Amino acid sequence: MPFKSTVGDYQTVATLETFGFLPPMSQDEIYDQIAYIIAQGWSPLIEHVHPSRSMSTYWSYWKLPFFGEKDLGVIVSELEGCHRAYPDHHVRLVGYDAYTQSQGSCFVVFEAR
Amino acid sequence: MSKKYDAGVKEYRDTYWTPDYVPLDTDLLACFKVTGQDGVPKEEVAAAVAAESSTGTWSTVWSELLTDLDFYKGRCYRIEDVPGDKESFYAFIAYPLDLFEEGSITNVLTSLVGNVFGFKALRHLRLEDIRFPMAFIKTCPGPPNGICVERDRMNKYGRPLLGCTIKPKLGLSGKNYGRVVYECLRGGLDFTKDDENINSQPFQRWQNRFEFVAEATQLAQEETGEKKGHYLNCTASTPEEMYERAEFAKELGQPIIMHDYITGGFTANTGLSKWCRKNGMLLHIHRAMHAVIDRHPKHGIHFRVLAKCLRLSGGDQLHTGTVVGKLEGDRQTTLGFIDQLRESFVPEDRSRGNFFDQDWGSMPGVFAVASGGIHVWHMPALVAIFGDDSVLQFGGGTHGHPWGSAAGAAANRVALEACVKARNAGREIEKESRDILMEAAKHSPELAIALETWKEIKFEFDTVDKLDVN
Repeated sequence: MPFKSTVGDYQTVATLETFGFLPPMSQDEIYDQIAYIIAQGWSPLIEHVHPSRSMSTYWSYWKLPFFGEKDLGVIVSELEGCHRAYPDHHVRLVGYDAYTQSQGSCFVVFEAR
Repeated sequence: MSKKYDAGVKEYRDTYWTPDYVPLDTDLLACFKVTGQDGVPKEEVAAAVAAESSTGTWSTVWSELLTDLDFYKGRCYRIEDVPGDKESFYAFIAYPLDLFEEGSITNVLTSLVGNVFGFKALRHLRLEDIRFPMAFIKTCPGPPNGICVERDRMNKYGRPLLGCTIKPKLGLSGKNYGRVVYECLRGGLDFTKDDENINSQPFQRWQNRFEFVAEATQLAQEETGEKKGHYLNCTASTPEEMYERAEFAKELGQPIIMHDYITGGFTANTGLSKWCRKNGMLLHIHRAMHAVIDRHPKHGIHFRVLAKCLRLSGGDQLHTGTVVGKLEGDRQTTLGFIDQLRESFVPEDRSRGNFFDQDWGSMPGVFAVASGGIHVWHMPALVAIFGDDSVLQFGGGTHGHPWGSAAGAAANRVALEACVKARNAGREIEKESRDILMEAAKHSPELAIALETWKEIKFEFDTVDKLDVN
């Protein structure tokens, strides 16, 4: 009888920080996260970068932070606009918290094609 | 009016019990739980605590007339019953600001928890809380970086950070130790940690460990594309050696070092914290020996005081217990002192054990670290209790995975992100914990196996130290 190990091999994966270990989100799931950002009173902010530079601190802003934007539809269309303009870039959504000067939420919505 | 010298022994309460006193904003206030010897009146015992922790001594002395002792004395200004406890009471004492050296936590503790704890008229004494006045806080260095800066340096947002202590905690060679670090970090953890017992033993000298760990973190960072760190323990037998280790960690390009602040001492801790601020290093703080001091409900120092002292002395992360794991700590009390670490203002709230309003002003916040006997089934509760500004550390819950540490790390990372995602989407993660974890496991064989491995492990013992409530 050949020996069969029950131990699996864990392969290292390259990920893009928060939510990098979950499967890609559906459109509804992304809407939930945007709604959370808005409900916390944070400003939505969209950033993009070429994958070769994904570990750098500064990704490029898409336009400016959407200060005070409460309309989920606006954020969705801006995310899509950014993705169309930079299809070979990663696009991430940030919930920017001006009170802590930090990001209350941050995750990649579109990975580079 | 000048006074006459009247040699002899006066009752403490004549001088140090002042129920009409209204505390000043600049006073340092303390609440003690006092258990006196039988037959000694409460006011006398409370006044004795105020006296012995400030200007008083057992006898009147001529030299106190050389100064205005009323300006410098501590005063007991209030006595309260302890709910559900007939033999003890709370004594509230106000200390004038000038009793303490600027920025010295060491000095505050030497006075407040010094000789007075051995005083014979007391059976037990416990320091429950301190209200530090803003005038004192502004003289303290505080966390070298704080929560916001740490997030920016490590590029971690919107979730708790994930870590684990390297096991076995003693006995690995430097190279083997680095291997375990590498496995954990490549599997998806943000941090790994030196066990507090690891300093520089014969089986693994510190330079050797630092070098292998640096290679491991660098490699994991390159392969995963995420920022990684390992808390390099710089606790040593002398300050000179402590700084030498810290300098070497910096030379290796490491982001974070570690110190044990109670065994190492507040003076060493404040010094190292200032070094970290100057050198751009994060500082993780362990709390070995705390339970000796804080666990007895009637004697010692409550951990909320030790946590406040650490925030003033300096540190970017502090262990707080887990509520749900193998170590002592009830939920409301823990929430009370993690507020003291992270918030800029904490209101008086007896249901959380906070006896005073505490204004922290501009002092940066400290990450709360939950570590000890926790595994993947605890994840929803941990996220709910500790929130995003925390580090969740799974030791056995990472290395104990049947496929090894990398798979264990991945299982925890998947579970953590599933909980955060569900919470953001408005789900009640503690109530729905089982569903959330089982759903996430469909996409992660590592998580499915972890859930199977630890399904029966619980640590349900009653806490020894509870809040005083009816």
